Amino acid sequence: MSELPLRAQFAAALGKGAASLSRATGRGDGSVIGGKIALKVEPELLTKLARGKRLALVSATNGKTTTTRLIASALREFGDIATNEHGANMPTGHITALGANPEATVGVLEVDEKYLPGVLRDTRPAVVVLMNLSRDQMDRASEINLLAKKWREALQLSETHVIANADDPLVAWAGLGARNATWVSAGQRWKEDSWCCPECGGHLKREPDPYWECPECGLRRPETVWAVDNARDTVTGPGGAAMTLALNLPGDANRANAAIALATAAAYGITPEVALPRLREITSVAGRYTSVHTQGVEVRLLLSKNPAGWLESFAVLDPAPVPVILSVNAQIPDGKDTSWLWDVDYTVLRGRRVFVMGERRTDLALRLETDDVAFETADRVDAVVAKLKSERPDAAKVDVIANYTAFQQIRTAYGRVQ
Amino acid sequence: MSDTSSRLRIVWIYPDLLSTYGDQGNVLILRRRAEQRGIPTEIVHVHSSDSVPVEGDIYLLGGGEDRPQILAAERLIADGGLKRAAARGACVFSVCAGYQIIGETYGDDDDKPLPGVGIIDIRSGRGATRAVGEIVADVDPSLGVGRITGFENHQGRTAIGAQATPLSTTVKGIGNDDHTEGAYQGQVLGTYLHGPALPRNPALADLLLRWRVGEIPPLPPSWGETLHEERLAAAL
Ligand SMILES: [Zn+2]
Repeated sequence: MSELPLRAQFAAALGKGAASLSRATGRGDGSVIGGKIALKVEPELLTKLARGKRLALVSATNGKTTTTRLIASALREFGDIATNEHGANMPTGHITALGANPEATVGVLEVDEKYLPGVLRDTRPAVVVLMNLSRDQMDRASEINLLAKKWREALQLSETHVIANADDPLVAWAGLGARNATWVSAGQRWKEDSWCCPECGGHLKREPDPYWECPECGLRRPETVWAVDNARDTVTGPGGAAMTLALNLPGDANRANAAIALATAAAYGITPEVALPRLREITSVAGRYTSVHTQGVEVRLLLSKNPAGWLESFAVLDPAPVPVILSVNAQIPDGKDTSWLWDVDYTVLRGRRVFVMGERRTDLALRLETDDVAFETADRVDAVVAKLKSERPDAAKVDVIANYTAFQQIRTAYGRVQ
Repeated sequence: MSDTSSRLRIVWIYPDLLSTYGDQGNVLILRRRAEQRGIPTEIVHVHSSDSVPVEGDIYLLGGGEDRPQILAAERLIADGGLKRAAARGACVFSVCAGYQIIGETYGDDDDKPLPGVGIIDIRSGRGATRAVGEIVADVDPSLGVGRITGFENHQGRTAIGAQATPLSTTVKGIGNDDHTEGAYQGQVLGTYLHGPALPRNPALADLLLRWRVGEIPPLPPSWGETLHEERLAAAL
């Protein structure tokens, strides 16, 4: 902190005070309001706070909160890490995170996709970590082809090192703008937003998965040095030996997040042998993947905000006959347009007990009816659990998949579980 | 139905370029409402590297981002299949970006007019503001569809030429120009409505089926009618 000019010191202190006040009054976790006040006093505060820190910026449509958390854990070797663990991923949140840890020499910042070019310019990070791009909240988010183009242009002007998923063509094309890159084969289950070449628009040839190339302009997947093997639950790094992941977070999406985190840790000089045990310690991230025990039933909470996320969640459901509750809202943070429900294939839920909930459960009901999936409507998770218990006293588990505000409502009903 | 087959052929054009807003829903509902009436269907996916078959019954084009929209228009014009199918009298149901590119011209991101496929007499450009939100409109009474609901998300403004007819009068939302929404000419129909439009408006899906197979029996109420009523009540 002592290296900061006086005005920036004052602004950062003021921001911290406002953040504590916001937390104390229960109006939020304070990440945004503190940064807002600080930015008013010192517009270049982000640049000043970032100076002298080795920063990693983490951006993607899905998994950025989890991956930020994984990387921060892997880098604990360096002592205090400046990180926006509450997911406040715009510059005001970055200012709060950096201001709260003035002594930290390392920072890991989750960055909203749209803000990445600006934050990249303002903070001159050591590494930029890019995982995936897919359709998300189309009524207010930027078009992803445009986002990829802006990422690419910003990387072309920067000295940063990119660590990116080579299996996502849009992400790879953006990352190819950087001078230095470490490519990770992290997989891509949802392919509906990347059938066309980001360079020329040609229809990509995508076989054998995860390889891809454009028959029209020759753009192709870069050579990778890190790779996930989902079937074997391993990751292979530059050393060439396969390491078992054995994470406590479920699913292929988290294997991808972990591989990216290991590659990032390696860029900081932390070996997978040191980093992996730390990744395994994490069992939930801000309520995601957490289990609540109620009426003798384990209720597992899965957050999914868009079609790619729903596909990943379907893949980690406990096997049938474990019932599943789907809950969808359409408030501003969710996106007001529920059209995306039709991008997901629900036939995998056939033969399972399914409940639909949330403010837009009628949209879900029609969607499931169209895919010939039997379902019941419900108002609350507790009511579903009580019903299951009354029918079968040995009922032990329920999975819940919910989009953003629906997830927060359920999480709040159980006391903001972590 | 097409003379070459006893099945209703539903051709989904360029799902790799124009399928950003749940457009698959329109395909699924058409198939379901046809098959519930005993009409067998065949779904054909045409990728942007494929040529468009001419013998389809109903062609669907969805929404897309600016760049994929331009690519789709260029490829459709070069291919020529959709234009020949429309000339044969096929039904075309097109949404948002797809609606704009089947017209005479549409605007790119600098509002420079680009040529469309030219199967409906409309011209689209860019408005000063983006139209985003729930939309409600009353369909031309001669089509027997009634009030429709959807979600619009576009910057386009569309002028309807002499050969085409506005699909509906807007009750809430922007649509073509704050007054009308969508357009049709023969069996070529376009709209800005997402939601997607056919699941949210079963009567509109049935209009397309009627155009192809004549009178069809009513179906028992589905969640589609419930959703239709719910969204109307929420929007007005
Ligand atoms: Zn290409």
